[in-house]
Amino acid sequence: MTIQPVALRYVRIVAILRHLVLLLVFVTAAISVAPVWSDTADHSQIINKLAPSLKDRKTIAAAIDEIVTSDAPRKRIWLESLLAGTLYQRKSDDMVVHAIKTDTGFDLTAALDGSAIGHVGKREVRKFKINNSLRAQLRSAIAQMALQDSDPGSRRQALERMLQSLDEEKMAAINRLAEVETDSDVHALIQTARQLDALQNGDSQSRLDAIDTLGINTREPVVQALQKLTDTTDDPAVADAAAASLAEISQRIAVFKQVETVLFGLSLGSVLAMAAIGLAITFGVMGVINMAHGEMIMLGAYTTWAVQQAFPVIVEFSLLLAVPLAFAVAFLVGVVIEFLVIRHLYGRPLETLLATFGISLILQQTVRTLVSPQNVPVSNPSWLSGQWLIDPALSIAVNRLVIFLFCLAVFAALMWLLRKTFFGLKVRAVSQNREMARAMGARSSRIDAMTFGLGAGIAGVAGVALSQLTNVGPNMGQSYIVDSFMVVVFGGVGNLWGTLLAGLSLGVVNKFLEPWAGAVLAKIIVLVFIILFIQRYPRGLFPQRGRAAGD
Amino acid sequence: MLASMRGDRGGQIVLSVLLVATIVLPVLNLALPESHPWHVTTYQLNLFGKYLCYALLAMSVDLVWGYMGFLTLGHGAFFGLGGYAMGMYLMRQVGDRGVYGNPELPDFMVFLNWQELPWYWWGFDWFAVALVAIFLAPGLLAFLFGWFAFRSRVNGVYLSIISQAMTYALMLAFFRNEFGFGGNNGLTDFKDILGQPVNAQTTRVGLFVASSLAVIAGYLLCRSIVASRAGRVVVAIRDAENRTRFLGYNVASYQLAVLVVSAMLAGVAGALYVPQVGIINPGEFSPLNSIEIVIWVAIGGRATLYGAVVGALLVNFAKSWFTAALPEYWIFALGALFVLTTLWLPHGVAGIRRRSVVS
Repeated sequence: MTIQPVALRYVRIVAILRHLVLLLVFVTAAISVAPVWSDTADHSQIINKLAPSLKDRKTIAAAIDEIVTSDAPRKRIWLESLLAGTLYQRKSDDMVVHAIKTDTGFDLTAALDGSAIGHVGKREVRKFKINNSLRAQLRSAIAQMALQDSDPGSRRQALERMLQSLDEEKMAAINRLAEVETDSDVHALIQTARQLDALQNGDSQSRLDAIDTLGINTREPVVQALQKLTDTTDDPAVADAAAASLAEISQRIAVFKQVETVLFGLSLGSVLAMAAIGLAITFGVMGVINMAHGEMIMLGAYTTWAVQQAFPVIVEFSLLLAVPLAFAVAFLVGVVIEFLVIRHLYGRPLETLLATFGISLILQQTVRTLVSPQNVPVSNPSWLSGQWLIDPALSIAVNRLVIFLFCLAVFAALMWLLRKTFFGLKVRAVSQNREMARAMGARSSRIDAMTFGLGAGIAGVAGVALSQLTNVGPNMGQSYIVDSFMVVVFGGVGNLWGTLLAGLSLGVVNKFLEPWAGAVLAKIIVLVFIILFIQRYPRGLFPQRGRAAGD
Repeated sequence: MLASMRGDRGGQIVLSVLLVATIVLPVLNLALPESHPWHVTTYQLNLFGKYLCYALLAMSVDLVWGYMGFLTLGHGAFFGLGGYAMGMYLMRQVGDRGVYGNPELPDFMVFLNWQELPWYWWGFDWFAVALVAIFLAPGLLAFLFGWFAFRSRVNGVYLSIISQAMTYALMLAFFRNEFGFGGNNGLTDFKDILGQPVNAQTTRVGLFVASSLAVIAGYLLCRSIVASRAGRVVVAIRDAENRTRFLGYNVASYQLAVLVVSAMLAGVAGALYVPQVGIINPGEFSPLNSIEIVIWVAIGGRATLYGAVVGALLVNFAKSWFTAALPEYWIFALGALFVLTTLWLPHGVAGIRRRSVVS
């Protein structure tokens, strides 16, 4: 087989990657070590200011102030560590250390330069204890330091945290930042902070101005401040303006909530659609019921897992490799199934249903025996995690967005294959009129096998996507089979556009029902709805018309 | 009723064997000492009783699949409903002997902090009410399902799929605690049935005899249906639905009637099954269970009725043997059974006999 050269090539890629990583490590180490090297001596005095102050909180407060004003490069790390309660003092020589608790004691790193010291017992270190007023001091000190961070993203985050509770000191720091800030996003936040401050502390005129300038701002602190203003202010003009603004803002937030529900629904719907598209080919185009369809999805998900296991170095790009591999695996299995079983049962749909169900049992048990009866862990690449922030009140999980786009891409590719290629032409010909297609020279049995494989392959690709959303286990396919059939039948058998639309719309409906019905009940409602729908319109949303419809 | 048995050679054999077993096995269990080589243990009897419930269930599937052409993938729903009706009666018989000792509420309701019995549990203290529910609950579900499905002429694969969706939806519903049927854990920890302790030897024997008699009675009922004029119409619907309709028969009514009868039979099977296994939970509604029933019928040979009985017993005894001897491979064997029967044994075990008679 061709696996050998592919594997070899990857070994080579892995080797190159390893060299690159090593190089990177050296460079970053050189850069980060350099400045610490030069003036360690001075900074040791500053950190040691903390040392005699183990119990005495006033001394700690003074020491913190001194640390803040110093130019020690690691001062933020010290304060964060102090806040997190991981800053300790070694009893033997009073050295200040970061300590990470383990089962038997502590792993120490020197506070001064971050170098590892090693493992000590539980009784060999003392903790710097802080109280709530110190915590507040530390938080504001850290936030101010964060405002001076060189990365605009960190500055933005620090500002956002500050908005939660503005005070004079923070405003002073923000105003200092305003003079040197160059990033436009950060500037916008600074403006918000100023308006917010005016709302909270200004006179009536400046409050009115602030309400006007803030406009429709959906940030949580702004909403809270406006709410407080309407409840407490004596000036009716301000109260009216705040209430009006608040009404507009809550309307905007409500709209965003709907948008979010639609987006959630679309991502769920794209999962449904993707799981169903493969079935739409085998069931819709070929008229074959494939109860083992869910297991093709499972095989795709397991292929993703296998790729990650085989090449742990490239987890970030594993999905790119997994998609074609999953297609290939599921395609092959599909063709074999078609060859061994399905082709002997054409024209007997109910028997096909039973036989393929048996196949699904065998495939599940094979995975259970060969891999494990438990779920396997599939890791998510970092570029798929995280949120895409459109507005303070509207964010989208990146993986959901990617899966939606991926679904559209798979659909487009399939459409192209069926509409624009010679293979697609033959598939459509055989599905419409087998005898005539044969007479024109299409080898129908081969086309059948390929079409069945195509449906299975797409299910495998869907499995790659699903591995990023749900647990991957031997039973995962079963839960999709009923859903997939519902989607295909709802959309209209033999109509791929119908399948896509049905999947997306069912996903959206499901998500709209969920808030007031709960996830399970929403699913039941949707199922019952489809059952009733099929009984009213047995041919689905978009029934096939004309000769292709059969009877 | 007995007249309909004329000419049904396979049925005569199966029923005779069953009748003998109904009389002989309890005697072998009760009269012989345990050391005697012919002694049948209560466990074996109980196991056989359980399989007889499956046989009745398989027969009800054969009635709609074999004779009416509706490949049902949701008969577990009717079985489960009958089982739950019986389970509710058994739960009420527990009284204040539950873990929490609450005389008013079953344990799981106490656990969920419920204050009073939901209205749909009213009356289940009486066996008569439970008995009515055993027939009515599955019958009503079948009627509603059939009313919508048959009148709008849903058939073939579509009908199969929505029947699967039906049992799937029920499973999801019964898994929920708020639904009031014990959620995930279902109903269990039964004490008495009709004043007799559930686990006593005599009760087990009684339940076995009841199951066996139910199979025999169910068989006679199904047989008389398929041998009747209405039965001929049903077979005609299977073979040429439109033609039957054009001949002036009201196809939907026939289908509806047969489905309701079949659902009630399945409900009775479930009701007899629950006291013998001592638990009913939402797992009974899983699509996998329903589809397994179909394979019993397929292996036994459909449209013969006695084939369904033989198939259910054969597959389940094989399952017991496999899960004890080669637990890993039972699912492989079951899967292979599905594939091989559909490919090479389309008429099941009964088909072998028929073929040998012909040749």
